Amino acid sequence: MTTEPTRDPAAGPMPPSLDVRGLAFAYPDGHQALFGVDLSVARGERVALLGPNGAGKTTLVLHLNGILTGGAGTVTVGGLPVGKKHLAEIRRRVGIVFQDPDDQLFMPTVREDVAFGPAAGGLRGPELEARVMTALDQVGMADFAARPPHHLSFGQRRRVAVATVLAMRPEILVLDEPSSNLDPASRRELADILRSLDVTVLMVTHDLPYALELCPRAVVLSDGVITADGRTQELLCDEDLMRAHRLELPFGFNPRSVTAPTAR
Amino acid sequence: MGAGHAHRLYRHGHSPVHGMPPHCKIAAVFGFVLVVVSTPREAMWAFGLYAVLLVAVAFRARVPIAFLLRRLVIEVPFVAFAVLLPFVATGPQVHVLGMSLSENGLWGAWNVLAKGTLGVAASVLLAATTELRELLLGLQRLRMPPLLVQIASFMIRYGDVITDEMRRMRIARESRGFQARGVRHWPVLAKSAGALFIRSYERGERVHLAMVSRGYTGTMPVIDDVTATRAQWSHAAVLPVLALAVCLTGWTLR
Repeated sequence: MTTEPTRDPAAGPMPPSLDVRGLAFAYPDGHQALFGVDLSVARGERVALLGPNGAGKTTLVLHLNGILTGGAGTVTVGGLPVGKKHLAEIRRRVGIVFQDPDDQLFMPTVREDVAFGPAAGGLRGPELEARVMTALDQVGMADFAARPPHHLSFGQRRRVAVATVLAMRPEILVLDEPSSNLDPASRRELADILRSLDVTVLMVTHDLPYALELCPRAVVLSDGVITADGRTQELLCDEDLMRAHRLELPFGFNPRSVTAPTAR
Repeated sequence: MGAGHAHRLYRHGHSPVHGMPPHCKIAAVFGFVLVVVSTPREAMWAFGLYAVLLVAVAFRARVPIAFLLRRLVIEVPFVAFAVLLPFVATGPQVHVLGMSLSENGLWGAWNVLAKGTLGVAASVLLAATTELRELLLGLQRLRMPPLLVQIASFMIRYGDVITDEMRRMRIARESRGFQARGVRHWPVLAKSAGALFIRSYERGERVHLAMVSRGYTGTMPVIDDVTATRAQWSHAAVLPVLALAVCLTGWTLR
């Protein structure tokens, strides 16, 4: 592992947490999903990645930690280019929380699941234990460490899924549809947790009010390119833009009527 | 399975047997079973003594005998096979209640029945006093191939998930008026099974993706390691060693 990213003002300008340049990708069957994506996320930012189904959101996410490679363009995470050479460090830096927590939580108990990432990175013994408990504390699930994941509620499983990547001390947290299948209370609890974390967040979602609630900035990915990038509230108020990319607000929701968070 | 908090085979407790390291218990049961199957079948008293040993272990583990007997029901299909033997085997015949039975077959049936029952009883005791998770740790410790341990561990984790998926598919079928009645409906069930297989396969791929994303490179990182002291090993060895004494006596008295 390389040195932990720390906020040292003397070290000069921080590299952005995520820097994607001209990323293009076609699947082996010929279907091209990305046509030159440019996206930069500064450290500490919370950015929503919006886009209709089939826009290439998942494809983009899988490029961030080098699961998919081979197309054109580059991805850089905290100054480190994604490539075969330091894949382990890249995967530590990019914490992806997948949509279905049953896919993410594959170990027999919550504790072992949260320990999986750091243990794969070589952490052992009391240090590992401390890391696990810190991550579980951050999501308010420390009391459930000994439970098997399938005995938790869906919202609890989603929170544990967040803890599994927090335990790796990621540079950037990538959430795939974090609010899907959550009841309103679990939604709010997760939002509180995400706000309390001092970490860069890229949130892939269809849930526009949730994006507005959590992310000061949003980008729209449509047909494999970034077509809009700006303040979330402004994007959601742009009716033409929204209609052009099949993004629809829930009935009765007016993005102008709420006080949106500003950049930290 | 369903919403139970532990597997049904497991019986929660804090007895000395529960507290023993899992790999010691697995080794002890394995040793015991090996000794039992190598006992001459004519030494009927030996099998009685083995049963007494198991009852003593059950007593020490505070596992009620009724619980143990109920779990032994799993053996029934094998018993059916054993019951057939005296009728189909050849050799000298004996007459019991007007039926002509093969003497060899009777011995064979007794052999299968006695050794099978003792083996199953020992395994049931192991399962009743060891959590599945611990069993896996024990097997890992005993240098079982890691791939097999991983497969077993995923079976435990995803058994409930897949059972649940199966239940939802059944409810969806029945909600649309389907009821399996007879052979004509088998194709529908077969297609459901196929769909379940594909879903599970795709889930496997997604799980693998999630594992790779967290740094999985083909081996499971060691998170928990189980260790045993010399005292614990010798404690666990009591069962197979006593059984071995019985077995050797059985061979010498032959």
